[in-house]
Amino acid sequence: MTTALAFSHVDILFHRQNSKAAINRALAMLDEGGTREEIARTTQVTVGVADANLAIERGEISILMGLSGSGKSTLLRAANGLNKAVRGEVQIGNGVAYVDLSNCDDDTLREIRKTRIAMVFQNFGLLPWRTVRDNAGLGLELRGITPSMRRKMVDEKLELVGLSRWANSRISELSGGMQQRVGLARAFATDADILLMDEPFSALDPLIRRKLQDELLHIQKQLKKTIIFVSHDIDEALKIGNQITIMREGRIIQTGTPHDILFRPVNDYVGEFVRHMNPLPVLDAASVMRGLDLPGKTDDGFTPIDEAGLYRFDFVADQVRHIGGRVHAIQRHMTVPDTHTCEIGPGLVQCVPTGTSLHAVALLRQRSNMPVLIHREGEVVGLCDHGDIIRGMTQIMGG
Amino acid sequence: MKHMETWITSHKLPVGAVMAQLVDFVRKHFMFFFNGVSDVVGSLADGLTDFLLGFPPLLLLVVFTVGSYVARRSGWLTALVGLGLLFIINQGYWQETMGTLSLVLFSTIICLLVGVPLGIAAAHRPWLGRLLHPVLDLMQTLPTFVYLIPTLILFGLGTVPGMISTIVFAIPAPIRMTEMGIASVPRTLLEAGESFGSTPRQLLWKIEIPAALPMIRAGLTQCIMLSLSMVVIAALVGAGGLGVPVVRALNTVQVDTGFESGFAIVLLAIMLDRLCRAKGTS
Repeated sequence: MTTALAFSHVDILFHRQNSKAAINRALAMLDEGGTREEIARTTQVTVGVADANLAIERGEISILMGLSGSGKSTLLRAANGLNKAVRGEVQIGNGVAYVDLSNCDDDTLREIRKTRIAMVFQNFGLLPWRTVRDNAGLGLELRGITPSMRRKMVDEKLELVGLSRWANSRISELSGGMQQRVGLARAFATDADILLMDEPFSALDPLIRRKLQDELLHIQKQLKKTIIFVSHDIDEALKIGNQITIMREGRIIQTGTPHDILFRPVNDYVGEFVRHMNPLPVLDAASVMRGLDLPGKTDDGFTPIDEAGLYRFDFVADQVRHIGGRVHAIQRHMTVPDTHTCEIGPGLVQCVPTGTSLHAVALLRQRSNMPVLIHREGEVVGLCDHGDIIRGMTQIMGG
Repeated sequence: MKHMETWITSHKLPVGAVMAQLVDFVRKHFMFFFNGVSDVVGSLADGLTDFLLGFPPLLLLVVFTVGSYVARRSGWLTALVGLGLLFIINQGYWQETMGTLSLVLFSTIICLLVGVPLGIAAAHRPWLGRLLHPVLDLMQTLPTFVYLIPTLILFGLGTVPGMISTIVFAIPAPIRMTEMGIASVPRTLLEAGESFGSTPRQLLWKIEIPAALPMIRAGLTQCIMLSLSMVVIAALVGAGGLGVPVVRALNTVQVDTGFESGFAIVLLAIMLDRLCRAKGTS
């Protein structure tokens, strides 16, 4: 059971007086293919989300994207029952079986909210009369954890978001970025495994926003939560998401990896959405590398791997030879290397997995001053030299 | 034209008569209740007055002054309380001031005990709010003297009818302010509470009431001020306190007594207002 949360055929409709009859009429119209406008005109019912299907895997960061009014927040809020699905199921795995959040009783819903799902709000939603520590401890307090225990758990999380020094401060003394850190600490404090983030960084200025995105990714490496993140910023989505869902007028249009969304948009709308996006961070080694047909192309069993034909890959000895006779060993990175920290041995040819970003490949090419080999599960399948890197970039830019 | 006018006047609707009969009916059948309330509330309020008057004025002055410093930590406010009370002793209105103080405190406590829960209930149930608002409007606009008459009949002369009229006049303030405060708690705060699994009761105590507290406090201050503005009318039906010398001064046209007791009322009002206001607002 690796799916943490799944929406299946979820419809969310609103009516001002919450009239059952009006909502049922709207559902019928929806089934007959009525548009949002038609339904609103004849029944005064707002269609928030229509027929949403989405599964979010454990440990994933799933982004819901769309313009305002596309239903992305509405769908997110169905994941903890702040919005009720009128039809369809919102399933959350509780370890043994799945619970349907749209049809469970209040006690079950409260239990899940206390222990399984935490939320971070766009406008922080902090209680201004409380200190930072007491804000972060809200979830634990509602759960009835004793103050001393709570303090210990909260201080741990405040440390995680770098707010230990401010534990006793009032919320009003904090900047926007710090306030949202309190929001993060509050969400982490309950040790819920699913995190709902409703445009958490949209209210912050760009510099702080990027910083918090980095911190979130950093924390995520340690905590491995399942995160559903609503954003209207495609750069943000591509930066932090493993899975991106594009919504429009209440419907899901496309769900896929950042790479899919960017390079295989299902229609013009998605294409338009990502058109002005900088694709470079999403490009990986697999999409720019030149494939190597092994075994070799030359008579002596060596494959030339650079444009000038100076270096040749010896697949039998698993090393690279310069035509002058110098032998270069291969430094294999089994996981995507962190270019800030990884040591590059002198004279070693770098070999990285296919998922490595183009940016990292270019850096390694630069620093090792040798072509970079690309492997898939240990087996060399391609290479990137200057020409391949430049070709990859110009293809994207040329459209 | 003239004919129609006489027709209309000759068919007078029995509004006054109905109200009179209603009061009469209540008096006949529920007098035991009103006697009971009158006895209990009256003896409590008078008891508080007697308790306060049991101490030497100067001792109480020191207690109040120190108490105000402990509560608010403001030198300015402490000086105001000390000097204000000294002025009242100096003018010879200590006894009346204590009477008014206990009357005001008592009615305010009752107003809050009834008004705050009612305000919260009205904020949570729109229909109750819609029902309550015209009643509150009526309570605040109906001239005090009008409902003074039935309260006089039902409770007899003394502290209690004065207090009842004070409560009727002052209670709309805490109800309205509480309702407004609870209704204007930001949605995100409520959702934050809900999304972390709070029960409705937890939501009320941990989110709604603290968020509405400034408004509830403003309701308290208003309630005290409204109660104080009723002291003269309370005195008319036999309640003790600073209203008594004012009424006497009016009847005998004594400018000096009128101003002395009037200033004492104003001083008491300023002291109570400053003591009850939320910190940081002036």
